Amino acid sequence: MFSGFMVDTWLAGILVALLAGAVGFFVVLRGSTFVAHALPNGSFAGAAGAALLGVSTFVGLAVFAVLGALSIAGLGRRGRHDAVTALVLVLMLALGALFIVLGAQYAPAVDALLFGELLGVSAAQLGPTVVITAVCLLALVLLYRPLLLSTVLPDSAQARGVGAGVVELCFLLVVALATAMTVPVVGTLLVFSLMVGAPAAARAVCDRPGRALALSIAIALTAVSAAIAGSYETDYPVGFFVGTVSAGCYVLGRLVGTRRRRVDHGAAEPAAA
Amino acid sequence: MTATGALVASGFFSSPAVGTALVIGAAVALVSGPLGVFTVIRGQSFAGEALGDIGMSGGSGAYLAGVGPLWGFLVAGVAAAALMELLGVQRRRGRDLATGVVLGSGLGLAALFLYLNSTEHGADVTMTVLFGSLFTVDRSTLPLVLVLALLVLLALGAIARPLLLASTSPELAAARGVPVALVGAAYLVALSLSVALCAITIGSILSTALLVGPAAASLRLARRPGRAMAVAAALGVAATWLGVLLAYDSYDWPPHHRGWPVSFFVVALVLVEYMLCGLIGGRRRAPHPAPDTAPPAALGG
Amino acid sequence: MSVPVLAVEQLSVSLAGRPVLREISFTIEPGEFTGLIGSNGAGKTTLLRAILGLRSRASTSSGQVLLDGRPRARRNPLIGYVPQRVTLDPDVPLRARDLVALGLDGHRPGFALPSRRRHAQVQEMLEAVGGGAFADARVGELSGGEQQRVLLAHALLGRPRLLLLDEPLAGLDLRSVGEVVALIARVAAEHRLAVLISAHEINPLMPVMDRILYLAGGRAVHGTVEEVVRGDVLTGLYGHPVDVLHVHGRVLVVAEVGGGTGPAAAPAGVEVLS
Repeated sequence: MFSGFMVDTWLAGILVALLAGAVGFFVVLRGSTFVAHALPNGSFAGAAGAALLGVSTFVGLAVFAVLGALSIAGLGRRGRHDAVTALVLVLMLALGALFIVLGAQYAPAVDALLFGELLGVSAAQLGPTVVITAVCLLALVLLYRPLLLSTVLPDSAQARGVGAGVVELCFLLVVALATAMTVPVVGTLLVFSLMVGAPAAARAVCDRPGRALALSIAIALTAVSAAIAGSYETDYPVGFFVGTVSAGCYVLGRLVGTRRRRVDHGAAEPAAA
Repeated sequence: MTATGALVASGFFSSPAVGTALVIGAAVALVSGPLGVFTVIRGQSFAGEALGDIGMSGGSGAYLAGVGPLWGFLVAGVAAAALMELLGVQRRRGRDLATGVVLGSGLGLAALFLYLNSTEHGADVTMTVLFGSLFTVDRSTLPLVLVLALLVLLALGAIARPLLLASTSPELAAARGVPVALVGAAYLVALSLSVALCAITIGSILSTALLVGPAAASLRLARRPGRAMAVAAALGVAATWLGVLLAYDSYDWPPHHRGWPVSFFVVALVLVEYMLCGLIGGRRRAPHPAPDTAPPAALGG
Repeated sequence: MSVPVLAVEQLSVSLAGRPVLREISFTIEPGEFTGLIGSNGAGKTTLLRAILGLRSRASTSSGQVLLDGRPRARRNPLIGYVPQRVTLDPDVPLRARDLVALGLDGHRPGFALPSRRRHAQVQEMLEAVGGGAFADARVGELSGGEQQRVLLAHALLGRPRLLLLDEPLAGLDLRSVGEVVALIARVAAEHRLAVLISAHEINPLMPVMDRILYLAGGRAVHGTVEEVVRGDVLTGLYGHPVDVLHVHGRVLVVAEVGGGTGPAAAPAGVEVLS
């Protein structure tokens, strides 16, 4: 399982898990689950379109994800709940279907795009993946405190000179790139599950932001490793394992969290005024 | 070539596949339009989407089991609806996360079933399950579709008034003796049936467009629920029929003899309908009042 | 003559075309405790936000805000801001201690390296506001009063010279109100801070206010309580008859409502303004 092409697979998987777990922590913190839904949809259309044009799907994923992020940045709070936005997101999926049909995509390629595959990241793509992952992680490190502050206390952040708009834009771009990196391994339909499930589980258990972030990455690594190993042994799609393990970790995390909180706080729970 | 001939490719009116497609499309649109209006009013569009995604595992499981996909969508949908009712999906907190993650496992399951189906039956039905294939729906499904559509319409007719009251003001409804929980549960069952029907028409992953799109569009034109339901049904039928027509015509478009998917047209048309309704409805509505910065000195401390 | 910590000159703010503040002018001296009093919707939050330089999309403003004699910059370390509430899910993994720590360096990029000095500063401030007991609890699980203390500690760590508090007393029970006011006054005295605190009731702040800024109809009157809270002054401000009553050591500002003649007359009565 650890030789030949699988080395590339493991490397890609680890990078993707690192990134998804870290990015997902902030996505969940900011309550940007909408973004985690929207970008994979756009990426789907982008990848299918790229295949139709004979361009690298990698490029298609990244371009459409970034375009999606910029659109969301320009959208504002209200636009996110608009019916037009919801319909446009579905249209992205329909567009992807169109591109697939027009390009007469091989069925396995379609399944891989939707549900991931072991060979998702080829040796040639590994280099760019490493670079982009490193850049994104660096950006997250730099954004850590301002992002926390502007998420939790937006007015205080602004008064201290942290531009909410700039922080939001940088963050969205990082999410876009992370999505594009994650899709080849776990598939567009399971990106949300990985990116949101791991941090949601982590924060149920950890009170501190730093620890929750670390645990989120650890859970993501677990999920992806289990998916790669499981897919190698059984030939089942990577996405199947990602979906089930993420959901399992989430349920487990919530159970642990609920029990912990009951023990800690006993009866003296102050009511919110 | 007559004008009709230019718009409608030859053989349209004689093709049996087209006939089936038109009937199914109309039946589904007539049902999902009105139901969608309630969905939008109740703010439960996410439930429709969730049911669609879970339906995916049902549909793919059906293929694996050698059963018609509609049964799969149905069983999965109703089971999911029951589960949602049990878990009390109405609560807001953490709902997005919980639903999304749990759905992920449903999607993963769908991936597994699709894979198993392709290895055991040698057929790849991913595109069909996810994006629908209205022209290749088995004719034998037609009676079931019609029966289900009729069932949902009857149910909707029966619970429409209490449902409307319970949706807009649950406390008032309860005070008047409306069994709010029961009505809500009946609605969820009707919703899951409707989502299954939409899934057969344009695919499970796109089904929300047909469920919520025409309804959202109609609510921009009509304020009264009765009128909105009629408009939504009409918009839905228009989108599906025009979609079928365009898809049929597209066999002659490049790339030749492949044809563009029906579901793509339907979704695109629904979006266009919504934007048009927004334009028309917007002009009719009075301009938005400015945000309330309360007039001076009126309120107590 | 010392430079005022805050000088607001002819500040006018309109939201979506409607004027909310009209030519407000006042100053706050170093260490001065000022109460910003006005009914709901009078524009208190708008004024505070204008001072902070927070602009929403639909707002236009004119006039000047000077901090320590200089125009407001993008970053204002001089001002500590305590917002009314933090709407945080109990699921959010952020302890009170972490939120307070962000007051120290939340605007700087990167992680904060764990340091004993940093921890000590945060601990000390938490205890100063009486938050030692719940320092390790999640912010989303705290009560309103507890959250106020945490937000106060957060603002204080930035070493401000002016503390802005947006309705910290709203929604608190009576005992917490007294505690929070006493806490703010004590902290302000200890750190020699000027304070601008908004509220819609005068009485809780009476013991600690140096001056009052009374807001109504988009205009304001500024001065000591004796100068401002008077029938004639407030009548002039509101533009209709207003009485100031002193009942059991408390101040009540009341206005007569309704009571006209004719078919459309509202029933006569009295409304308490603050």
